[in-house]
Amino acid sequence: MKRITIGVLIVAALFMGAAFIVAFTPPKLDPDDLHNIADANLQNGEKVFWSGGCAGCHAAPDATGDERLVLSGGLGLDSHYGIFHAPNISPDKDHGIGDWTFYDFANALKKGIGRHGENLYPSLPYTSYVRMKNQDIKDLHAFIMTLPESSTPSKPHDITFPFNLRQSVSFWKLLYFDDGSPMQLTNAAPDVLRGQYLVEGPGHCGECHTPRNFFGGLKYDHWLAGGPNPEGGGIVPDITPGSSAIGDWTASEIADYLETGFTPDYDTVGGDMVEVQKNISHLSRADLEAIGAYLKAIPAQ
Amino acid sequence: MKNSYLIAGALALCLAAGSVLAQDAPQMLRQDDMKAIGQAMGQLGAIAKGQKDYDPVVVEGALSSIADHARDFPTHFPPDSKSGNGTEASPAIWENMDDFTGRADKLAADATALLADLPADQAAVGKAMQTLGANCGACHEIYRVKN
Repeated sequence: MKRITIGVLIVAALFMGAAFIVAFTPPKLDPDDLHNIADANLQNGEKVFWSGGCAGCHAAPDATGDERLVLSGGLGLDSHYGIFHAPNISPDKDHGIGDWTFYDFANALKKGIGRHGENLYPSLPYTSYVRMKNQDIKDLHAFIMTLPESSTPSKPHDITFPFNLRQSVSFWKLLYFDDGSPMQLTNAAPDVLRGQYLVEGPGHCGECHTPRNFFGGLKYDHWLAGGPNPEGGGIVPDITPGSSAIGDWTASEIADYLETGFTPDYDTVGGDMVEVQKNISHLSRADLEAIGAYLKAIPAQ
Repeated sequence: MKNSYLIAGALALCLAAGSVLAQDAPQMLRQDDMKAIGQAMGQLGAIAKGQKDYDPVVVEGALSSIADHARDFPTHFPPDSKSGNGTEASPAIWENMDDFTGRADKLAADATALLADLPADQAAVGKAMQTLGANCGACHEIYRVKN
């Protein structure tokens, strides 16, 4: 009897030890994967910046024009876990990310790991950014480092227990952090593949347009099917070909909407999509058409 | 028998009154303003995209329609019209009525300024749409809800 008790205790201790290791040592990128990348291209970095919508959360909420390039942070994402405050990611060394290396930056975007090895919350959509090319991340990092410094301190998140323990995110990642593509498109045309990259990677469209389960994991079998808004109120529309909102738009009409903010009926973009459209409108017409082509190529929901 | 005529007559009157009321409901009037502005934007958009030839008469008509309807729009938000008739108006409108009205006036002012300096070709119409369109998005971002 005693032996069984000891056995159970040992197994429990091993299990707890494993859990401890998982919780406190979230995996980082292999530095070797970041070699063999060409020198940073600022022009591409700017395109990546707008496709990633960085200013949407990291510029001050009421910023307009060139102020949108000051990444002082400030937007609060009001979710049912609490409020996530977008931090200062300007090149300021004290309050921003001026001290971060490209390796630090890539770990944040592709592994959800902060500079001190701590977990970041998936309010930073690394669940999408993980699909970004390393070259794009390098160019983006270089571009952000050219932007104005801001000395505005980042606000701490206002999250409820147990989500306020960053270690808990390690388990969330085990369950829901998947670097594969949510869509297997066979024999897709190059523009569809480019659209796939933009939508599933930097554009992080699925973060709002795909419904989530109770724990905030994306329901990949309902990819881009829309659902309740994960922050704030209202409904985020289905954007697959089965959508009642945009299902009958052509790929070009989707591109027009992203470029101008006008629907084919000359209604306009509204709600949280206004901010998204402002960012994405900086992309080339070819990239906007590619997004349209991808949204027409995926299965209807 | 007479009674049933009376009831039918009263019912018909009520229904007629009801439909008049629904048409005049502030929610409907402001939606009509938005539809008219959308239609005018559509006329400009067709020219900007080259689907229709540039026509100064159409451009002028569209711009004055936008100016008129934008000016009329914020007058249809009495406190008792926060819901009903398929309204997509956000409650934030009534909390920030001055800002809201100011935004509608800004659209009217932008359209009026363009009337004074009428866009002279396809490219200028495209540029005018960007100026006007910025108002649409900025206001819909905070004051329109989609459910």
